[in-house]
Amino acid sequence: MKFRGSILVVDDEEIVRDSLASWLQEDGYRADTAADGPTALAKLTQQPYNILLVDLKMPGMDGLQVLAQAKTLPPDAPVIIMTAYATVDTAVQAMKQGAYDYLVKPFEPEELSLMVGKLTNTQALRRENILLRKALKHQYEFKDMVSKSPKMEAVFQLARTAAKSSSTVLILGESGTGKDLLARAIHAESPRRDGPFVGVSCVALTETLLESELFGYEKGAFTGAAGGARGKFELAAGGTLFLDEIGDISLKLQLDLLRVLDAREFRRVGGTQVIKVDARIIAATNRELKKLVESGTFREDLYYRLNVIPVTLLPLRDRKEDIPLLAEHFLAQFSTEMQKPLEALSTEALEILMAHGWPGNVRELRNVLERGAVLARGPIITPLELELAQSDVVPSPPGPAEPADSLKDVERKHIISILKQHHWNITRSAKALGIDRVTLYNKMKRYQIREVE
Amino acid sequence: MDAEAEIRLTWIGRGDIDPDLLGRVRCQVERIFDRPTNLRVAHGPPEEALDRKRGQYSSTKILRWIVTTLASGSNKVLGITDVDLFIPVLTYVFGEAQVRGAAAVVSLARLRVTYNQRPAPPPLMEARLLKECLHELGHTFGLVHCSDSACLMSRSNSVLDVDLKGAQFCRDCRQRLWGLMDEEREQS
Repeated sequence: MKFRGSILVVDDEEIVRDSLASWLQEDGYRADTAADGPTALAKLTQQPYNILLVDLKMPGMDGLQVLAQAKTLPPDAPVIIMTAYATVDTAVQAMKQGAYDYLVKPFEPEELSLMVGKLTNTQALRRENILLRKALKHQYEFKDMVSKSPKMEAVFQLARTAAKSSSTVLILGESGTGKDLLARAIHAESPRRDGPFVGVSCVALTETLLESELFGYEKGAFTGAAGGARGKFELAAGGTLFLDEIGDISLKLQLDLLRVLDAREFRRVGGTQVIKVDARIIAATNRELKKLVESGTFREDLYYRLNVIPVTLLPLRDRKEDIPLLAEHFLAQFSTEMQKPLEALSTEALEILMAHGWPGNVRELRNVLERGAVLARGPIITPLELELAQSDVVPSPPGPAEPADSLKDVERKHIISILKQHHWNITRSAKALGIDRVTLYNKMKRYQIREVE
Repeated sequence: MDAEAEIRLTWIGRGDIDPDLLGRVRCQVERIFDRPTNLRVAHGPPEEALDRKRGQYSSTKILRWIVTTLASGSNKVLGITDVDLFIPVLTYVFGEAQVRGAAAVVSLARLRVTYNQRPAPPPLMEARLLKECLHELGHTFGLVHCSDSACLMSRSNSVLDVDLKGAQFCRDCRQRLWGLMDEEREQS
């Protein structure tokens, strides 16, 4: 069933409310009713509606009063006033107060169909436009980060404050906790928001490639460099440079980076001209940088240079109270994207999500819900549609033959088994594991997993 | 299939109806929904549904009456009447149904005339009645209006719309209908 939107019918006559709601339901709308203005306004504060159909003459609070109050409440749904007493005065007054239109009772079925259809189509286009623009520009803001955990709220507050400055921010957190999203949100809230946001994953490239990727190169700098190219530092001029997976760069590059961050200037590979750095640096890693410093694989001076404002994102298992909120957020998103009437998770489905350990964090939750949204046959997602139920939640008893596997061994074996299941397709395997491709490459490198296995 | 679940086409008109016409509609309904379908006659429509000022009957009140007096178990009851129907805010309706419910009603009043208010030829009226019966029954199984104007489930705001749409469900609605009927069977 295609979900076309939700409509609140406000009328003091029960038969009008019921018949109109029934008529709208036949059109695929979710129709709700309210017998008077105060009830309607109470409903509006509980959930958003796409359209309000409000009778003009009602005892107590009349239609125009409901209209005035409704206009002050988000998301400012369009109001259609219904009236049996059509006078120019009331119509003008309604339109002046911001009503979308008015209908004189009784009206032709076609009139109502067209008006409601036109409104919902316009709203759907507007929503799609916002989503597309957001996807196109990757303009994510703090309001896209969902949490009611006090610890996360403190993290967001710190990030918001940090955004106002030009200081370097170091984002720490496990894979899938939203480091990239937070970096984009900091950029979007910073004075550099109109400049570019340039991200680079330091783990996806070899040392030489990363060097030319970051600093650019001049013509003839190396074999194949037929023309010069600007690097990420230059491309991010006036904006933000996001160095993801910073814990995975080589010692040589760490030194280069340190020099650039100290001097705020650099040269392209093979070049002599000094170029000033005009980018705000945000770095992120899922590795424990302090331990890497202790083991000598990460430079202490670079660590302190980056660790100006450290922000740590909590793993999902430590903020389980956010699961219902995040689920609601993602379902609303999928409902719009897929044009499906996804309203909620069943109690059993939510219990399963709450019981899960979420090694892949929010990204894993998003993937599980996306799968559920695709498979859902109705507005409620049940455990049947969450594949998690069979594969991840029920812990299998440890087999007597393999009692001494370390956590790392188990992870290595699990990754190999998923890769085999997906015929070594990295994208699909990463999705099944609830991690991104880069993290999977990382883990494969760390555990020395190659396709021959 | 649940032995109890059937479709009851019930004449609730004020005048008479050609039983052969209803018989042919019954056959088509049974064939398309693959569910035992029978014909009944009930004393109706209820007087409390009549709006004397408008000279029309409230389809919503008729539905309530069907639910309380004619419906039982998991059966679907489709009332067919000759009186003109309305819902308070609209000038008229051809019919009304409970989406995923037990009751529906269809009126012949506006299907019996042509665009210039002359009596419609019997085959045309029969085709219109069948389309509206299948449409309203589709709602009772959970189908909503379809954006494909050729589909039986597209909304008809005028007799012209009824004539223009096809006499079959589109592929999507048909598949959805089978799914909804399976669900209903599992739940009953």
